[in-house]
Parts: sequence; structure tokens; C-alpha cells
Amino acid sequence: MVQLTVNGQTHAVEVEPDTPLLWVLREQIGLTGTKFGCGIAQCGACTVHIDGVATRSCVMPVSAIEADQKIVTIEGLSPDGSHPVQKAWLALDVPQCGYCQTGMIMAVASLLETNPAPSDDDINAEITNICRCGTYNRVRAAIHMAAEGKAG
Amino acid sequence: MSIRQSVSRRNFIVGSAATLGGLSLGFHIPFAGTALAQDAAAVAPEVNAWVVVKPDDTVAIRIARSEMGQGTLTGLAQLVAEELECDWSKVTTEYPPPGENLRRDRVWGSYSTGGSRGIRDSHDYVRKGGAAARHMLITAAATQWGVPAGDCTAADSVITHGPSGRTLRYGEVAEAAGRLTPPAEVTLKDPKDWKIAGKPLPRLDTVDKLTGRQVYGADLKLPGMLNAAIKACPVFGGTLASFDAAAIETMPGVKKVVRVDERSVAVVADTWWRAKTALDALPITWDEGPNKDLTSADIRALLAEGLEADEAFIGNSQGDARAELARVAAAGGKVVTATYAFPYQNHATMEPMNATALWTADKCEVWVPTQNGEASLAAAAEAAGLPVGQCEIYKIHLGGGFGRRGNFQDYVRQSVSIAKQMPGTPVKLLWTREEDMLHGAYHPTTQAKLTGALDADGNLAALHLRISGQSILAAVRPEGMQGGMDPVVFQGLTANLPEGHLAYTVPNLLIDHAMRNPPVPPGFWRGVNLNQNAIYVECFIDELAHAAGAEPLAFRRKLMANHPRHLAVLEAAANGIGWETPPAAGRFRGLGQIMGFGSYVAAAAEVSVEDGELKIHRIVAATDPGHVVNPAQVERQVEGSFVYGLSACLYGECTLAGGRMEQENFDTYEVLRMAQMPAVETIMLPSGGFWGGVGEPTIAVAAPAVLNALFAATGTRYRTLPLKNHELV
Repeated sequence: MVQLTVNGQTHAVEVEPDTPLLWVLREQIGLTGTKFGCGIAQCGACTVHIDGVATRSCVMPVSAIEADQKIVTIEGLSPDGSHPVQKAWLALDVPQCGYCQTGMIMAVASLLETNPAPSDDDINAEITNICRCGTYNRVRAAIHMAAEGKAG
Repeated sequence: MSIRQSVSRRNFIVGSAATLGGLSLGFHIPFAGTALAQDAAAVAPEVNAWVVVKPDDTVAIRIARSEMGQGTLTGLAQLVAEELECDWSKVTTEYPPPGENLRRDRVWGSYSTGGSRGIRDSHDYVRKGGAAARHMLITAAATQWGVPAGDCTAADSVITHGPSGRTLRYGEVAEAAGRLTPPAEVTLKDPKDWKIAGKPLPRLDTVDKLTGRQVYGADLKLPGMLNAAIKACPVFGGTLASFDAAAIETMPGVKKVVRVDERSVAVVADTWWRAKTALDALPITWDEGPNKDLTSADIRALLAEGLEADEAFIGNSQGDARAELARVAAAGGKVVTATYAFPYQNHATMEPMNATALWTADKCEVWVPTQNGEASLAAAAEAAGLPVGQCEIYKIHLGGGFGRRGNFQDYVRQSVSIAKQMPGTPVKLLWTREEDMLHGAYHPTTQAKLTGALDADGNLAALHLRISGQSILAAVRPEGMQGGMDPVVFQGLTANLPEGHLAYTVPNLLIDHAMRNPPVPPGFWRGVNLNQNAIYVECFIDELAHAAGAEPLAFRRKLMANHPRHLAVLEAAANGIGWETPPAAGRFRGLGQIMGFGSYVAAAAEVSVEDGELKIHRIVAATDPGHVVNPAQVERQVEGSFVYGLSACLYGECTLAGGRMEQENFDTYEVLRMAQMPAVETIMLPSGGFWGGVGEPTIAVAAPAVLNALFAATGTRYRTLPLKNHELV
């Protein structure tokens, strides 16, 4: 039995302790907004926050997470898509296929918590999520928009 | 235009809604006979096959092509809505199931979403569908009022009787409209009068992609569903010899270990992670077959031989290139020769391949992200051993397609084979990234040898482009071959095909192909053969310009007099980057242009090389697709094309050792990330009169523009990709 706090709710799940957090979120808890892309922490589609820190959940065994650590997924980032990053994403109509975007948004939301006005170099260093459709330039513009609080 | 037919809509997938808080696919997974979907059908009969108007004026537009990020869903809806004269803020979309298409004499036409054809192949009949529905709605209102339809007009989902000023909403007359006979003829608007089409409208499918509510195939959950992980023999042409199911049957969650086909084994478990964990522990013996020693070096040697072979298929020929090349050489004139190579690439969609199947003795249903619902249906029926009429496909938005999810329905066949061994239980098959990398439908590898002769005035007198390498059609669509020749090999290089013809008029020209087919499955990879053809032609033209002592744009311009549209996009890109003025110190520029997928495209790149490292600062891209249905989406496709094209140029390469691909994940198959992404400026020059594609052509000019700029920066021609092998990135 593993205890997890996800989006403010506690969950007790019966899983093997080495199960990656990604799969517990998706399969036991039913939160599929966090995506599977690579399984080796390369692509970032599985990014969630653990105590506010962007974490690639596909390589994070649930046994390494304490019950009182706060896990936030895309579903918990805001109740209604109103997080500044989500609003900027909507204002600039960023997603194409969208599969990588929830992980991208989670990575950016975490970055802005620690660095409210990231430079382009900061973004290049911190946002390493893979997008194959090619949204990068709109992602960059949306990060700056969210940072400037101009997304409405 | 079809006549209205009775349609069961109980299995329709409701697409993502246009409005925040609207319907989400996640809550409307079609499942045979659900009360919810039947209710929806009961309250909203269709006006015609393309249009459903609900009493609250919500319009559901049927989209046969697939949305995989390219914006087709929104663009096609715009075209229907334009003619329908409906209120755009109330537009939603839905995918009609492919089985329904067959039952209705293919009323929705082709479902194939590839070759940048989603809009350009269907704009005419989807607009007619919208226009016919508008006509029927107006007629229904006129009939209700007892007035001539000609006195009525429609706008924003409201019908107005001119003389009296009376109005009716679409939702009030939709049911009556649906009972009318559709008009025999409709007149389409002139694109210059468009109000919805042609405008940079936001996508219809964005909101759910920001909140995690968008359901992809990998996310699907059906009642009672089990999960499957699969391994196929990693060696091309190898088979599954045996496996020891007993060794893992007691592992947590495992339900069954199944032989899927002659090369694959799958574990079915309660969760996918448990299925994958057990599969990793499963003792498997492969029969690696005849290719077990194949390496990339073997393939390179095979192709190199083709560069010099006597026999080749001719794709474009003018004058006598061989004779002129020999004559110039003998006369001591300037002859330039270069050899290029393009490696295998994997599509690497972000969402790995998947499909969910439910099989019973008399029915097979598959839920799948697919670029071609009808191809999925055919594959499902074949694997199910059931007539097509007893099978159905429910399409789901794709987490990327790029050509991988069209022709190739291997994952559908596998999922049905697994489900067939678990009758009555839905099973979701999801590939690992490793499976995806090892079992791609790879961008084929080719090499090219180019020889050009310059006359005394530095004009191009003769050009021979010999391509050696793999044919896609020979492997996947042999019915498309022409007397043994694969015409698709010559994308962008033909004399006069509207799909893509060469910009340059060369008095003596020979473009031919020595087909050499390694035992590696090839596929249509976004941009297809245009990708390498543009590199071969545009980099070599640059080489010839340099040999002639000419400025690259001026050298091209002289050869392009007969092709003003090609030239127009090239000059637009050049002007955009400031070609006529020198770049900043340390910056260097390059150009490239090509025609493909019916559109004219060009790019100009500005790069620097510092401490041996290439940095791409800026790209200006120009495109003439004839008509632009949504400029905001075209801009996104052009920008995205550089991510795809530059990923290949800088990093992309699948190599073989031991008959299998060596790259299994993004750690070894690197792709472009934010830090490498240049600024991209898009110039649209829609010249009208034709409909070209947008999703693919620009990819092809990414690499040549950068490679030509790289030569300007370094004085070195890099003729083999990716550039990481030259330690430039």
C-alpha cells in the first residue's frame, strides 16, 4: 500500500513499490493528463510537480515519495484552466497535436515559480521537453506572456 | 452531393468542444448502445452528412480526415461553416466512423490524412456540403413562412425573409431541413468573399489540450479493459521462435501471454505497467532470420553501387545530359561532381503507437488514433476474421502522426489479434518508445551523385542527378509503381507534374533512380522524398553557383525564368532575410526552394559557427499554397516544419547493427529542443488558382537553407547528414 497526495487528495494505492509515479497517476488514480512519451525522462511529457518541483514522473518510483509530499498534475494546476500559463497558452493557441503540452505547461509553471521572468537563455536551459509538431517558438512566446501577466 | 440517409449516430465520437467547459471526448467515449449517444441522435437529426444542427443552434460539423496537430479539423470546419453561413462560435466537430462511411456509399469521401491532402483534396466537396445544408435550411424556413426561398438569406445561423424582416434560427428549422431533398447544384463562394475561411481563427481543439482533458488513444479507458505490452522480433525479417509464459504468469496483474503474430508476443495484464514489467521478464527466443548480420555499412555499400549502375529509372530528362557532360569534360570545361546521402529517420511521434480492440465472434471494434480510418477498418477486419460490415473504427485525436499512422496499421492488426484471444474483453495495446523506434516505417535512405557542367559563360549546360536507394511504394503500395519505377522517388523533380516540378530549366537534364531496397521497412515520413531531393538539388545548385563564381540567388534566378511561382517564394524568403544587405559580422546565409505537395516553398537561413558549433539564428520561410484556409494554422505548420526538418538535419539518424536499429529512445535518437530552435518568420504568398498542401513541403527546405549557410560560414560542404556526425552540434 502506497499513500500519495495528489492535487490535494490523498490516495492509497495497491501497487508494486517500484512502479513509476506516472503509471500510478494514469492507471490507479485515473489522471491521464500526464503523458507517457519515452519512459526514460528524456521527453518531459510526464512532468508533474512534487512539492512544487517539476519532476519527470516516468522514472520516479512511488516508493521514493512520502505520503505528505504534494504532487500536482495538470488536472490540479488550476480547477478551470485559469493558471497564468494555461491562459497564455490559450491566448497564443500554442498546442498542435497537444500530446507534449501538458508536460510542457507543468515544466513552465514550475520554472515561473522559481524564476518569474526567465530570459531566453533560462528557458533554453530549463525547458527541455520535446515537441515533435514544432510549437517551440509559441511556447517561448507564451512563457514570456505568462511571465509578464499579460494573458488576461 | 449525397441525399439524406437514415444514420445511426450512436457510435459517433464527439470531438473536443469549441468552448471552455464544453463536451470532452473523455466523457463521451463511444461504446455500442450507450444511452447518452442515442439521446444525442434523437434530439439532433442531421441536415445532411456534413452538418448537424441542434435545437440550441450548436452546429456539429463532420470531419472525415484526422486531426494530428496540423489543424485540419479547424480548417475543414471553417470551409463547411463558410458556406453554411453559421455562427462560428457554436461550431463543434465530430468524426463519422469509417464503417458508417462504407454503409453510406462513402458519403464522406476519403479518410486518408497524409500527403498534405487533408484540405486540398476535400475542400470542394466539404464546401458543397455546407452550401447544400444552407440551401436546405433556407428552404425549410421559406416553406414554413410560405414565401419564395429566393427572398430569404442566411447569416450567422439566422435566416431572414427580406421583404418582411422575419427571422428563424437554424436550430428551429434543422429538423425540417433534414427532410428536404438536397439541391442538385450549389454555387460556392469566391474565396475573396470568405468571412470564416481564410481567417486566422483559433483552433477548435485547444482548450482540452491545456487541461489534460484531451483523450488520446494511449489514455483510453473502457469498462473492463485490460492492457497489453508487446515485443516484436527486433531484427528486421526475424520471427518469434518461442517464449516461456510459465515464467511470468504469476507476476502481479498478468492475465495472459499471447502469441500475436509470427514475430510478436504480448503480455496482457490489469495495468499496462504490469504488462510491460512482466514482458520485460519474459524469456523470449527470436529466430533472427536472414538479416541478422546486416549493418548500415552494408546498406551504404549497396546504395553506393547504385550511384554508378548502368540501369536506372528515368524521372526527368531533357536534351542529352550524359553527352553534354562528356563533351564539356573533354573540352576541358568546368564539371562539378558531388555525392550526398540521407539516412533513415523514425517518425518518433510523441504518443507511441496504440490501439484498443474489443472482439467477439460477430463484431470487432477498435478505438485508434489513425491517419486513415478506412485503412484501420480494413486492417481490423482482416485481423478479426470478420466481414468489414461487422467491424467499426472509432477515431481518436493523434499524439502526432507524421505519416506513421496512415498506411501502416500494424498496431491495429496486433491489437485485434490480442483481443481475439480474449473474446469480449477490451484490450488496449500500447507500445513502448523502444518498440516504436525498433519497428518504425522509416524514412528511406538514399544517396545521390550529382554532376553538372558549366559553359564558358558560367551557365548550367547539363545536370545529371542519380538517386540510389530505397523505394517506399515498392514496399508499401506496389500498385502505385509504374512499370517497375517508383514515381514518388522523384518528388519535386519532375518536368511538369502539378504535385511538384523542378524550378530550373536546364537544357540537358537527367534525373534517374537506381532502386536499391534494403530489408528495412520504409514509410511516408512527413515530407517524404521531397526532404532529400531538396537537399540534393538545392545544395548542388549552390555548389554550381560557387563553381561559376556567381552569387547563389542570381545563379538560380537565371535558371528559373520559366517558373515564376518558384522564384516568387525564393525571392520573398531572400528579401525577408535581407539577402541584398550583408549580415552582421560572423553571420552567414543560405537559401533553398522546392515545390512539393502542390505548393511552392522557400527558406532563407542565417547561421553562425563559433568554436566549431553551428547555431541557427533565424529562418525566413515563404510559401505559396494557392489558397490559405487559416493563415494562423499555416504559420504553425511552417514553423513546425523547421522542427521536423532541422531535427533530421542536425540529429536524425537510425543506424543498423545486427539487423536491427541501434537507436531505441530519445537519448540516442536526438531531436530538436527549445534551445536549438531558431526564430522563424513566415511569409504567405497565396497566388490563387490551385490548392496546395501545407503540412509537409516546407520541411524540405529547412536543411538545404541551413547547409548552404553553413558552407558560407565554413567553406566546407557537409553532404552527409546528420550534422552531429560532423561534430557541428
